Amino acid sequence: MATSESSETSSDQDSRRRFLKYAASGAATILMVYIPGATAGHRYSRIWKQRSKEHQWAYIIDADKCIGWGGCVRACKRENNVPDGVFRTWIERYIVTEDGVYVDSPNGGLGGFHQADPEIQKKTLYARFIPKMCNHCANPPCVQVCPVGATYKTPEGFVLIDHDHCLGCAYCVQACPYSARFINPVLKKSDKCSWCYHRIKKGKLPACVEACPTGARKFGDLNDPESEVSEILREGKWSVLKPHMHTGPTCFYVELPKEVV
Amino acid sequence: MAPPHEALVNYVFPNDVHVWWSLMIVIYPYITGLIAGAFVVSALYHVLNLKQFKPIANFALVTAFCFGLFAGMPLLFHLGQPQRAFEIYITPHTTSAMSVFGYVYGGYMIVLTIELWLIYRKHFVRKANETTGLERLIWSALCLGVNTYHPDSEKLDHRLARILAGIGIPWACLLHGYVGFIFGSVKAISWWATALQPIIFLSSAIVSGIAVLLVMYTVVKWTSRAPYDYTMLKSLAAILWAAFIVDWALEILELVHVWYQDSHEWEVIRPLLQGPLYVSYVWGQVGIVSVAATLVLGVAVLGKGNGKGMLYLVNVGSVLLLIQVLLMRFNVVVGGQLISKSGRGFVDFHWEFLGREGLLAALVLFSMPFITYYVISRFIPIFDQPAGQAK
Repeated sequence: MATSESSETSSDQDSRRRFLKYAASGAATILMVYIPGATAGHRYSRIWKQRSKEHQWAYIIDADKCIGWGGCVRACKRENNVPDGVFRTWIERYIVTEDGVYVDSPNGGLGGFHQADPEIQKKTLYARFIPKMCNHCANPPCVQVCPVGATYKTPEGFVLIDHDHCLGCAYCVQACPYSARFINPVLKKSDKCSWCYHRIKKGKLPACVEACPTGARKFGDLNDPESEVSEILREGKWSVLKPHMHTGPTCFYVELPKEVV
Repeated sequence: MAPPHEALVNYVFPNDVHVWWSLMIVIYPYITGLIAGAFVVSALYHVLNLKQFKPIANFALVTAFCFGLFAGMPLLFHLGQPQRAFEIYITPHTTSAMSVFGYVYGGYMIVLTIELWLIYRKHFVRKANETTGLERLIWSALCLGVNTYHPDSEKLDHRLARILAGIGIPWACLLHGYVGFIFGSVKAISWWATALQPIIFLSSAIVSGIAVLLVMYTVVKWTSRAPYDYTMLKSLAAILWAAFIVDWALEILELVHVWYQDSHEWEVIRPLLQGPLYVSYVWGQVGIVSVAATLVLGVAVLGKGNGKGMLYLVNVGSVLLLIQVLLMRFNVVVGGQLISKSGRGFVDFHWEFLGREGLLAALVLFSMPFITYYVISRFIPIFDQPAGQAK
């Protein structure tokens, strides 16, 4: 009797174990299929999942070539109707001296730069002009935080704002580590560089790239192996701003001084 | 020669010249905190059945409701496109910490309103049967058409109200912890980005909620010349004292943690605390105001006095804590934005008096819950025990 009972119990246990095994495998399969990132081939980008096979645009800034003329800032203001006091792109001047680094950007570099103070010039080790703008990140924190999804990453790499849905809450402005965003004082909505999306769609270059007299600003398609941007990135001498933020900028810098943040 | 990365001038990014989140976003977490804190006090009786808090259980609930009505208002004032505010409900973007706020806040207000309605249903029914004309119509509307009330209804209302209060506690905590998360999850701002932020927001919410109740209770009793319940006041002050010590410890812990790690964050936070926030944070939030409040409340709670002297001390302590929490909200919200993302300079904060996000608008908005409380108290018995209070 005792043996029979124990064999029944053992059989029950086997069946329960089998059931649990199947249930666990089933649950694991469902998790593998449905939880993003649990399957093989998980992409580096959390938000930019649907990449275009046609174009993947990238922007390159050669810090050695910028002369701080400001034509790019003026072109951007004109092209995109950017109000005074806010900037879709700007230029910073870094003067590295024996005493430390001087940084300035008078009116975003709109009118170019005056000569630095003679005392500073005497101590100057080297100086660079650094154009800045939206980095059109692969993992854009601005897209992550927008409460209504009014800002988004396109398959071609643009980070854009849908002004018909933006609430003007400025959460994206807070989340951007590069201060590339601002609340447009006229529109009362979030605003930033769009890489001149409207021009790209017409086969033109961004206004700032076209205005740059030295070729410090370059824009091109990473899906085209012959493009200038692809060739520069292949050389491997690029860097990005604030890499520790893990935003994956697609605006790359060449010859970026270490002092630049 | 100096290290080449050391900045010699104050440099802020050109788009960093404006503090985008100003006074409206300071009073928004302040008001939500007051709701959460006041609700927790009401739950001391409604859920935990602590009898000594029975006299203020409904008062706390009505106060939480009054603040709740205006919690979303500062956000509306702040939005560039306030007419689109409802889109946060229709097209929520679930990766955003802010997108669920509408649901968390809306859901909480529903729970709070139903609980309040169940507690006051007996009163509504009685008034609907006693009055005539327009007044009767209004009271009947509040009864939702059911103008009879049985002894069984009272038991059921009480049970349902208790269940809702039970749901309300975690919800209130979620509401305010979540507000802390909205700030704590922004990695671009060193002064905000800490996992302790939601817990600090929550603990300070409880502190401010209890403090506002103690001050309001005193004012209401004083103006109506009603007797004070000193025993209850002392018990509540003891809870406030303990809650503040935990809150203060967390705030100090966060600071010590960043200081001791001595990482990149401290590089910008140290000059922030030595400069723009020196008065409001070092002297105000964690310094004099906190020390004074702890001492005053400590004397009130540990002392033998149980009369007017204790009442004065509790009120001084409570007012100090209301100031402390307001300073904390200011230091977090505005303070974080004073550090330019260039990491090499500070943004100036300009006080605005008039204007949509100015001091006047903030004062008017903040006075609205008190006015609402006054109006509501003309129509419902807040300190007498109405229905749902059978036990």
